[in-house]
Order: sequence, then structure tokens, then C-alpha cells
Amino acid sequence: MARTMSGAEIVIAALCDQGVEHIFGYPGGAVLPIYDALFQQEKVKHVLVRQEGGAVHAAEGYARSTGKVGVVLVTSGPGATNAVTGLTDALSDSVPVVCICGQVPTHLIGNDAFQECDTVGITRPCTKHNWLIKDVNDLARVLHEAFYIAKAGRPGPVVVDVPKDIQFATGNYVGPSNIAHKTYKPRMKPEQTAVREAVDLLINAKRPLFYAGGGVINSGPKASQLLREIVRLTGYPITSTLMGLGAFPASDKQWLGMLGMHGTYEANWAMHDCDVMVAVGARFDDRITGRIDAFSPGSQKIHIDIDPSSINKNVLVDVPIVGDVACTLEDMLRIWKSKTPQLDKAAHKVWWKQIDQWRAKKSLSYKNSRDVIMPQYAVERLYELTKDRDPYITTEVGQHQMWAAQYFRFEEPNRWMTSGGLGTMGYGLPAAIGAQMAHPKSLVIDIAGDASILMNMQEASTAVQFELPVKVFIVNNQYMGMVRQWQQLLHGNRLSHSYTESLPDFVKLAEAYGWTGMKCENPAELDDAIREMIDTKGPVIFDCRVATLANCFPMIPSGKAHNEMLLGGDVTEEEVEHAISEEGKVLV
Amino acid sequence: MVNTFTKSVPKSHYVGPGAAQEVVSRTLSVLVDNEPGVLARVIGLFSGRGYNIDSLTVTETEHEMHLSRITIVTRGTPNVIEQIKHQLERLVPVHHVHDLTLEGRSLERELALIKISGRGEKRIEALRLAEIFRASVIDASTEHFVFEITGRTSKIEQFIQIMTELGLVEVARTGIAAIGRGPSSQ
Repeated sequence: MARTMSGAEIVIAALCDQGVEHIFGYPGGAVLPIYDALFQQEKVKHVLVRQEGGAVHAAEGYARSTGKVGVVLVTSGPGATNAVTGLTDALSDSVPVVCICGQVPTHLIGNDAFQECDTVGITRPCTKHNWLIKDVNDLARVLHEAFYIAKAGRPGPVVVDVPKDIQFATGNYVGPSNIAHKTYKPRMKPEQTAVREAVDLLINAKRPLFYAGGGVINSGPKASQLLREIVRLTGYPITSTLMGLGAFPASDKQWLGMLGMHGTYEANWAMHDCDVMVAVGARFDDRITGRIDAFSPGSQKIHIDIDPSSINKNVLVDVPIVGDVACTLEDMLRIWKSKTPQLDKAAHKVWWKQIDQWRAKKSLSYKNSRDVIMPQYAVERLYELTKDRDPYITTEVGQHQMWAAQYFRFEEPNRWMTSGGLGTMGYGLPAAIGAQMAHPKSLVIDIAGDASILMNMQEASTAVQFELPVKVFIVNNQYMGMVRQWQQLLHGNRLSHSYTESLPDFVKLAEAYGWTGMKCENPAELDDAIREMIDTKGPVIFDCRVATLANCFPMIPSGKAHNEMLLGGDVTEEEVEHAISEEGKVLV
Repeated sequence: MVNTFTKSVPKSHYVGPGAAQEVVSRTLSVLVDNEPGVLARVIGLFSGRGYNIDSLTVTETEHEMHLSRITIVTRGTPNVIEQIKHQLERLVPVHHVHDLTLEGRSLERELALIKISGRGEKRIEALRLAEIFRASVIDASTEHFVFEITGRTSKIEQFIQIMTELGLVEVARTGIAAIGRGPSSQ
């Protein structure tokens, strides 16, 4: 039944009806009525961030660690434009976020009013959909639709722009309805003929490979369970993208590690040499494929994706399957089990033997040191000392991110939050805050770099205000390490502006915010220091001083194929300098 | 959404998407909710992803249901065209996308207004040719004509080319409106 209330109250009522417990935001002139309504209720808890960009990343961390929709509330103009990077990040990584923006009153729109910007125009290409509310009676319906669009199909961010006069106006509130959306109806159940074709290909495969992506995690915990079931039932090897880590347990013997530019030797070679590949909720990103015309050249490709535009976008596939990962895997399992398949056991034995030979290369090995903490060692020890606590890990972007992906091992989905598609430095701390908000009792660690952490350092203040005991583990090499690595590879070792000459004293910085600050530079003291960090009650910045010039290997240089990887152990300076061809240099 | 993918894709993957494929012209008919910003979404998709628009026509076609039909003539390899269709279908206000060229036997028409300025022989010649092309005069003085011509793009192109020699000073064109033949709607 329709109830009458103000626009601001409609916003709160809609959030309550959508089951929202936490929102992340920052007040301002054009959104004050909604903040006033927030003040007068207790159901929805508001987390005050220190910059709107932090609010969106926090909502992303919240969403990715729970599977729920993350909600953001910001003001007009700069509030909305500060949110743009986060929205783009959420679009790239398919994270469900509803961002409610204040807007100048309707009669001032287009007048270049104070703190006015064309929010729907600016956010159109960086959201799944957006709305400008012009009638208070549309507000409730649009908000419910916004939640539906954000989480249905391939998830993504949406923006609802609410002018201030609409927030004050009185209108009818309607609750969420179960009426089907008139246009947006993503296909969940796959076409059965395609699924059967896929199962037949898998049964007859000699060198099969599963390739899982973030879509498995987005599909929900059931998808990860079904993936485990089908991988174990078939006995086939599995690799995953950066976004897919945790969908399949890293401790399993069928797990080959991450693939792609900084993936393992065995995962990339298996991808290159396989004869049947099943891409499950992955999108053949350029970081995965390397040189596209030499990507997995001999394989028949099955691609499961809920977004038809992902299929045949970068790589042409043989069996496209449009559908939800969980629905599709369920059908594949059922069909497989109904067949009592005769597998080519001999061929699979040869395949696994080959994989074991690649594994024997130990592509993640590195030369450890007694004098200085190697960054790989730092992440390894962090993993070993925290793995029994089921931690949630976020990262910033750069070398530390890749080391975290390589050396931290994930057993469960929704534990790993990183900016994969957009590569947003500054993502990790606010994302950790969001994840901690959702899991107050859990250990949440932002594995950070010394450059990235400064991009959203102000959110340290948010953690204090809301008593969020996040740990920031800075792999500090005093460089923008990944930029420097590329300058070594591409630009004759001319390290143009990739060295931060005046890093802050992170211990003092921590203390200034009311955090605990720690510093460690001796490998022998690392374990004790990490234990101390874990045992510290409140938030901690751990300044882990690592070898400054370590680089991230293995690596597929841009423009190269999977079988042209550089391994860390045997790479010479000359090889590094000549690793990338002229054509490769223009690639990102 | 319909599971429509090009079935004729080569089984070898040494050919990158787009490479060695012929560029084709396609007419897409996109039925959308006529809501604010819907056109910006469609054209933003084309410019943002580097697709071509050769012609674009849009107006509300079903007033009670607030539906608009956007007719887009685009160019690209078959793989790119397939991407364009799937990207368009992903937009929330889009009801459906039809590839009229691929579905075959579609009707395409364009309207042009063409202004000819001058006196004497050329003026008479312009009028005579306009009759042959079934263009009608909708404005005239002793020094000018404005012709209205309807037809396929090729006919209009041809008419404009001829008129260029006969004092053409200005052209306004609607872009293509297209519809499928036969009794059924799409």
C-alpha cells in the first residue's frame, strides 16, 4: 500500500526495504535532507568516509566480501565527480553498487549552479545504468529498480541522482515489487544444446583446462561449490584469473595457480597447450591472453558468461553459453553424470605429467635473503601466519598486488578484493574498511604499496571513527615498483618519476591518525612483527621495508605469447631490456 | 536475450577478432524506451567503443508506450557488428535490436530537402531532372527551388550529385528509416 512521505524519507524507506544495513557516504549541501532523514532513524548505519572516492571503494569491499549490494550516498558536483573513479572500478570488476547522489534543485539544473554538475551525463559511461529523478513519485520505484539492475545479470554500479527539491517534496512510497523488469531480463538458464555440446567436448578432451574468473564469485557461493564439484569429478586441471582467486581452493592438487601476465608457468603453458578450455565467468582480458593471435591456439573453447557481449569479444569461441555460472555448471554436472563417460585416461595421464614438468620449474621461486626482506617472502610469511584466521585480503595496485595474488593462497570465495579491471591505486584501504564493516570480527588486511597507500590515506581516519581494526601491510620498496619494472623493460631503465623521494614516516603517520604504527626491515624479525600486528587490537600500519629493486616474475612481456614467459630466476638484465618488441611497446 | 552468435566463426584461433574479415554495412533497428538520455546512451556506446555511425534516425514511434525506434547504419566486420548488437542489448532501456540487413529484405528510405539556386538553362534542367527522379518542388522563386526527394540512399546520392552541377547550395537529409517486409512486426 502506498504511503506518503518526503523524498528523503522515501530514500531511507527504500534502503530499509532492500535490507541495507550499512551505507558509505559524505554529506554536502544538495544531500542534506537525506542526511537529516538518516539522523532520525537507526536501521541504516552510515559510515562517514573522508573522500567520496573512498566511499565507493568501501562499498565495493563491502559488496565483494558479502555478495550484497554496496550503497553510497554523496552530494552533488564534486561529491559525484569524486565517486567517478570508484564507479568505473565497480563497472570494470562487475561489483554491485548503488550510488545515490544529491543534485541541485530541479529548477536550477542547467544553470551552472553552485556544486552543480551533469552527474547522469558524467556517470553514463561508467555505470550500468543511471537515473535523474524529476518527480518524487518516481523515486521509490527507481530506487528498487536500481537495486535490481545493480545485482541482476552481470552486476555493476548504478547512480540515482536526486535533486534537493525532490528530497523535500512529498510523494508516494511503494515497496519493492516482484514484477519482472520490462527490458532488463538477463538469461540465467543456458541453452541446453550448447551445454550438451560443451560436456561432449570435455568428455573427449585429451588436454583439458578449466579457466575460472570473477563471474564464478559473482554468481554466488553455490557457483564456487559447483565448480569444485565439476573440477574434482572430471579430474581436470584448473587455473583462474586475478578476479577468480578463491573460487577454487589454492591448496587443491588440481589447482595450477593464477594465469596471465604474472601467472604461473604451469597455468600459462597449460593454457597455451590445452585442447579443450572452459572459460567460466571470465572475459579473456588482455592481461590473461597476452598476444591474442597466439593465445591457446590449438584449443576448442567453451565460454560460459552471463553477459553475451563478453562472448567473442576478444577471443572467438567454439561453444558460447550464455547463462549464470551456477545454473550452467549445475546443468553440466547433471548431463555429465547421466552419461557415464569414457574418458581418455591415458591422454590425461600424459597431460598431468606434462603439467608436473612445468610445475617443476617452480616459477614462483625467488632468491631469498638474510639481510633484506624480499617482498615475496613478506607476503608468504603474512599468508602463513594468518591463514588459520580466514582473513579478508584487499590490495592496492602494482607489484605488491601481483605478489599478493601469487603468494597469498585463497581457499574460499569473497576473501580477495583487488582492483583488477581498472587497476585503481588507492582501492585497498577503503575496500578493507568496507570489508571490515561487514565482518567486524574478522581479520582484514590491506596488502599495500608505499605509493598506492598514499592515494586514499585519509580513510585511516574513517577506520578510527568506526573502530575498524584493519591492518595495512605496506610492502615498502620506496618505488612505484610496477612503473619502474616497466621502465626497465620498455624505456632503457630511465626511471622517470617512479621514485618517491619523500615518503612519509609511516609509523608516525599511523600514530597521527590514532593507529598503531610498526616497522620491520629485518627478515629475522618479520614473523614476530607480523604476529604482533595481528594481535594488536585496533588498526595497524605495518611498514614492511623490502628489497627496493625486486621485480615481479614470472611475466609475459606485453605483445608476447604464453609460451614466451620470463622467469624470475634466470632472467638477465639484457633479457629484461630486450623482452618487449617494438610492437609490444605500444601495448599497455 | 537471444543466444545469437555467429556460427561461422573459424575454428582456428590464429586469426584475431576482426583480422582478415571484410567490413560490411548493416542497418540496425533498435527499439528503446523513450526516456531522457536514451539517445546519449546509444551514441555514447558507439563513440566510447570506437564503432562507426553512418546514419542515425530517431523519433518516438509508439506514443502510448513511449517507445522510440532508433535506426542506425553502421560499418564493421561481422564480429564487430555482433559486438555492437550485444553491447546495445546490454543497455537497460533497449527492448531489442534487429539487424535488418542480416534478417534480409528490409525496406530503407531516406528523405532529403535540396536547394538549387540560379537562373536560366540550368534551372530548367534541374526541374526536368527532378521530375525524372520524382522529386517534388516544395518552395520556389525566380531564383531558386527546394526539392523534396524520398528514396533509397543511393537514389538520393545520385540526385545530389547531378544537382551539384546545376546550382545546388544546400542539402538537409533525414537519415535512413528502415522496416522489415511482410505482415509480421519485429
